[in-house]
Amino acid sequence: MSIPNQSKISAQHVNVWYGAKQAIADVSLDFGQDHVTALIGPSGCGKSTFLRTLNRMNDTIAGAKVEGDITLDGENIYSPDMDVVQLRARVGMVFQKPNPFPKSIFENVAYGPRIHGLAANKPQLAEIVEKSLRRAGLWDEVKDRLTESGTALSGGQQQRLCIARAIAVDPEVILMDEPCSALDPIATAKIEELIHELKGRYAIVIVTHNMQQAARVSQRTAFFHLGTLVEYGATSDIFTNPRQERTKDYITGRYG
Amino acid sequence: MPLNDHTVKAFDEDIGQLRGLIAQMGGLAEHAIAAAMEALRRHDLEGAREIVAGDKRIDALQIEVEQLAVRIIALRAPLADDLREVVAALKIAGVVERIGDYAKNIAKRVPMIESHGEIEPLSVLPAMSALAVQMVHDALDAFAARDATAAVEVCDRDRQVDDFYNSLFRVLVTHMMENPKTIGQVAQLLFIAKNLERVGDHATNIAEMIYFAATGTHMAERDRGDIPTS
Repeated sequence: MSIPNQSKISAQHVNVWYGAKQAIADVSLDFGQDHVTALIGPSGCGKSTFLRTLNRMNDTIAGAKVEGDITLDGENIYSPDMDVVQLRARVGMVFQKPNPFPKSIFENVAYGPRIHGLAANKPQLAEIVEKSLRRAGLWDEVKDRLTESGTALSGGQQQRLCIARAIAVDPEVILMDEPCSALDPIATAKIEELIHELKGRYAIVIVTHNMQQAARVSQRTAFFHLGTLVEYGATSDIFTNPRQERTKDYITGRYG
Repeated sequence: MPLNDHTVKAFDEDIGQLRGLIAQMGGLAEHAIAAAMEALRRHDLEGAREIVAGDKRIDALQIEVEQLAVRIIALRAPLADDLREVVAALKIAGVVERIGDYAKNIAKRVPMIESHGEIEPLSVLPAMSALAVQMVHDALDAFAARDATAAVEVCDRDRQVDDFYNSLFRVLVTHMMENPKTIGQVAQLLFIAKNLERVGDHATNIAEMIYFAATGTHMAERDRGDIPTS
């Protein structure tokens, strides 16, 4: 189920097990550089698990086993040669709950570029921090208090700080796991607007339970159910005229 | 098409109410056309006046449909076939309202036609009317059942209404040439025939909307093969 488009990340025949329980069964999906892809489906359908295979976040879970081919620009990310720290800089992640470091706003964003050696000196680092905060739409709100703790910001600001932090290391892909589920509608709208602005610069994959959000922010939608990929297509088709009965029942709220 | 209920029951109730309003509107419009033709046949001026007055009820129902549809879109954010159905209901209500207007228009012509008994070709007008009314009726049944196949059948019948109209047109024009003093009245009958032909077209439009709501695709443009006489 692939839609031709220069694919950035390609997953082929992916299976994931947690111990004896299979969480993902034979999922193949390509993610293009130029669009936002939404992964939707009921709780436990495997969408978050699948998202986490794309930057090897499942490595940290004991008993998790991943099979299949996942390539980033044609390079197998599960190859023993792959530097996982480097991979996670190229494939950034934003989580459900904002998780800024208990450090200053500046340090939250500067941390990544510093450990990856992206800045030669302090002014360069400051420049990266400003650029990232601007891209995350947060600069104007925090430019006068960069030394304050990141945890002192509001929830929506913290989430945008986390996005700035992901952007700061110049990633190619950004994975978002329900990035707005803990935010109010205004903060949510700001994140959605941000996703819209970042589109094209980064390949974005977002897991969301909010159907309207998937419809608003994405150009491609994949529907997962019971660990399988049921349907993948243009978002406008999925939400107006899905081909599969299971997709229709889910998005129209007739599930089960 | 069997459908599961929505998890949110109130949504099903809203959709049910919307369908009920459309069915009610459709029933009134169907009846208005049939009653207008009956008033014409019996030269029943009182009956014709009632039909003209009754059209307000159809107009009011259209507004109710619009309000409910907008409320459903705002509060329930329907998607996929639900969304298509709500949009179809909105459009169908507009079309049914037009059908009501044609009934009113026919009723308004009743006083202008004093004695059509001597105009022999008019024996086919009731048959044409029955056919057009049946199309409206079946289109609305198809809507209630979300039945795309029934919708296609309704569209296929439009041809018959058009054929009726085209043959009536020729017959009435001939009649006017042979009996010039009836031209005024026969012209009225020609307008009535045209109204019925439009009712058939509107029933076809409704059926096309139902097809789209049910399947998500547009009914292929069918070659109706008609060359309009006027």
